[in-house]
Amino acid sequence: MVDLSINCGGIKSPNPFWLASAPPTNSAYQVCKAFELGWGGAVWKTIGEPVMNVVNRYGAIDFNGQKIAGLNNIELISDRPIEVNLKEIAETKKLWPDRAVVASLMVESKRETWHDIVKRTIDTGCDGIELNYGCPHGMSERGMGSAVGQVPEYCQMITEWVTEVSTIPVLVKLTPNVTDVRYPGRAAKKAGADGIVLINTINTIMGVDLDTFELKPSIGGKGGHGGYAGPAVKPIALNMVSQIANDPEINLPISGIGGISTWRDALEFILLGATSVQVCTAVMHYGFRIINDMTEGLVNWMEEKGYQTLDQVRGQSLKRIADFGNLNLLYKTTARIDESKCIHCNLCYVACEDTAHQCIDLVPLNGKTLPKVREDDCVGCRLCFLVCPVEGCISMVRKDDGTQTITWNELMKQLPQPLTWEALRQFQAKHGIEIH
Amino acid sequence: MKNVAPKLTQEQYERNFAEIHPPLSSNSAVAEANRCLYCFDSPCTKACPTHIDIPTFIKKISTGNLKGSAKTILEQNWIALTCAKACPVDVLCEGACVYNARGEEPIQIGRLQRHAIDVYFERGMAPLFTPEPKNGKSIGVIGAGAAGLACAAEAALLGYDVMIYDANEKPGGLNTWGIAPYKTTQTDALKEVQLVQSFGVKIQSGVRVGEHISVETLSKRHDALFLGIGLGSASRLNILGEDLPGVVDALDFIEKVTTRNWSAVDVGKRVAVIGAGNTAIDAVTEARRLGAEHVMILYRRSRVEMPAYAFEYELAKKDGVAFHFLTAPARIIGNSHVEGVECLRMQLGEPDDKGRRKPEPIPGSEIMIPIDMVIKSVGQSLDETFVAQIPNIKLHIGRIVVDPNTLQTTNPKFFAGGDCINGGKEVVNAAADGKKAAHGIDRWIFKR
Repeated sequence: MVDLSINCGGIKSPNPFWLASAPPTNSAYQVCKAFELGWGGAVWKTIGEPVMNVVNRYGAIDFNGQKIAGLNNIELISDRPIEVNLKEIAETKKLWPDRAVVASLMVESKRETWHDIVKRTIDTGCDGIELNYGCPHGMSERGMGSAVGQVPEYCQMITEWVTEVSTIPVLVKLTPNVTDVRYPGRAAKKAGADGIVLINTINTIMGVDLDTFELKPSIGGKGGHGGYAGPAVKPIALNMVSQIANDPEINLPISGIGGISTWRDALEFILLGATSVQVCTAVMHYGFRIINDMTEGLVNWMEEKGYQTLDQVRGQSLKRIADFGNLNLLYKTTARIDESKCIHCNLCYVACEDTAHQCIDLVPLNGKTLPKVREDDCVGCRLCFLVCPVEGCISMVRKDDGTQTITWNELMKQLPQPLTWEALRQFQAKHGIEIH
Repeated sequence: MKNVAPKLTQEQYERNFAEIHPPLSSNSAVAEANRCLYCFDSPCTKACPTHIDIPTFIKKISTGNLKGSAKTILEQNWIALTCAKACPVDVLCEGACVYNARGEEPIQIGRLQRHAIDVYFERGMAPLFTPEPKNGKSIGVIGAGAAGLACAAEAALLGYDVMIYDANEKPGGLNTWGIAPYKTTQTDALKEVQLVQSFGVKIQSGVRVGEHISVETLSKRHDALFLGIGLGSASRLNILGEDLPGVVDALDFIEKVTTRNWSAVDVGKRVAVIGAGNTAIDAVTEARRLGAEHVMILYRRSRVEMPAYAFEYELAKKDGVAFHFLTAPARIIGNSHVEGVECLRMQLGEPDDKGRRKPEPIPGSEIMIPIDMVIKSVGQSLDETFVAQIPNIKLHIGRIVVDPNTLQTTNPKFFAGGDCINGGKEVVNAAADGKKAAHGIDRWIFKR
């Protein structure tokens, strides 16, 4: 029997799927509806300072006919008063005691103001607090959101104001709009946070209208940067999650966010160290009902692989992360085309010929053309594998026998320093590596 | 004709002749264009007789560059709209689409091409091509069908003065007069003519060369001539009763239907079409759509030898057409009008010179089929009396002999293309020929 329950920094939920703090968690009506459909938790839309929104809040990137590969927003934190939100949080928690109800907070940078909001939040009976240090628009200009997350010292200071009064777990939500997300992460750790949430949205301008030259979306003729989310940001989020997870100075539970649309996406975050995962864009596209496949797909995968709990899965891929200097220079692959599967689109050919290493030939075959890899010339770059539209047609076949391993870092200890091209050439020649 | 099928309401006619492949909406065109893998050195382009760069024109639809898309298409094929609507895409571009090999529906290339050209025409045919400066030479084109129009357009852009002589009241040849209305329309064919005219090509309609004006006169008037004359009259069955009222030629019948004055076209209640080519299928389905109650194909060979494309056969079956294979009409019965067809059952013998098994009658197998109207569709033959007026032109099995690279006939001043050199193929072959011949002429005149 598979158990999907998790405990993220003291916040427990029956499954790892939480709704992220965003428009889908604006009200008790929405959160209760989501819980009915099976969501394990919800981080309430951030409550705090008085705000007022504008219209045309969202912009999206479509890709080759697919809608919303990425979604950008300029919506602010909750535009409903604090007391309304706190009342609804309390009611929701009472109705759903087994689900994770987390309040997201953002107030001005004053110790008393934070003390006050934290105490009022604890009174709702909710399971935890998430500190919104991420919003890259609207709030940041007022000294909140990413303005805090981008300065580790502020991050630490405000987190301390919260942890010094909070009796419930405190999660810190980080902005990706920094050069190294580990610095604000370490600040949160030093301030006593119970967990890290990442990533918040990325600064983006979504596009320009080619007829009016206005930005997309246009708010009465003007527009500006917003916060970007959705499937397109997932690889960025995965990297940042793994950076936090692998940082020995942080060592905190992680709630992962960023383009999670399916159980498969969720598993990737969990394999890179996330305990809970948060979802927003996918529900904004398809509604809360997607939770059905998310939980079912995850259970089926775990059963198939023989796992009972997510603790057995979590972080399994972290040990697979290595710096470039620790990768094996003598690992060799070549592209190989399964001729029986080739549909003769020749995309591999043109990609290799124009933009890689010119090692695929087109051979005439019954009025069509068959791409053929010259394996001795193939550098194993994998571009053809990526462009091939047929599953299993091109594979990267291992060429070395696995007996020899040397990384860049090891090689640099062997070769005379400073390194010369000649020394490197000799090493390559010794191992039959041709550069062309 | 005795038993004329009752006329239908205009609404029923419109429904029966509605397009089989309606236009794509802008949204669905972009969605379909986005499915295209953008193959390199693509099989679809190779399969197209005019070698349109299909992935490129489709890519341009996906980016909203519809003008560029039309240019990519027209660069290779001046008859792009009729081809988009009437080409047997299943056996050409779409049949070659790599999606077939992946077990998925091919890209709807025909409909996408139509989308690009429809939009280009709707937006007023903005000039896409700049003609070369006038070179002082003149070309006469005989026949304003696909081959003639393509040759004229290409030659005009190469700098020639071009005059087309056409016997019909409206130009366009079979594009205008010979394609089923559920595939394309006269209006569309005439838009293509208009495009060709926009390059400065002049057309004299209602002029039958050899009758109204002699070949010799044209030969003196022009520096070179292109024969896009298609095929002539329908082949005869050479059986008894062939000239009874109620026996018509398929192309004459189809021509009437293209005018869209459907209530004026009489069909019998029981109609037999003799022959099983693509024209026969057009005729039989059109008879059905005009209100004939029983429609059938009589064909002396079997389904395997049938020249009609598989998708045409499927269309006819869906229309309720009965196919009588191995059934040869022996005579048409009737006193003052058609009353029936006496047929002989056949069996297949040894292969003939085309490799098709020869049908042989089974003695004593006569059957009588009551019929009100017979449509003959057993092919057409070249108008050899006309061709005989041109000195030194050689024919081979009813086709004008040409150099395959230049389409020059054995009389160097005359070039030819389309059905008169291939015995009757697709519009797209004629479009390819016309273009090729224009370059053939250009090379010959300027010794390039």
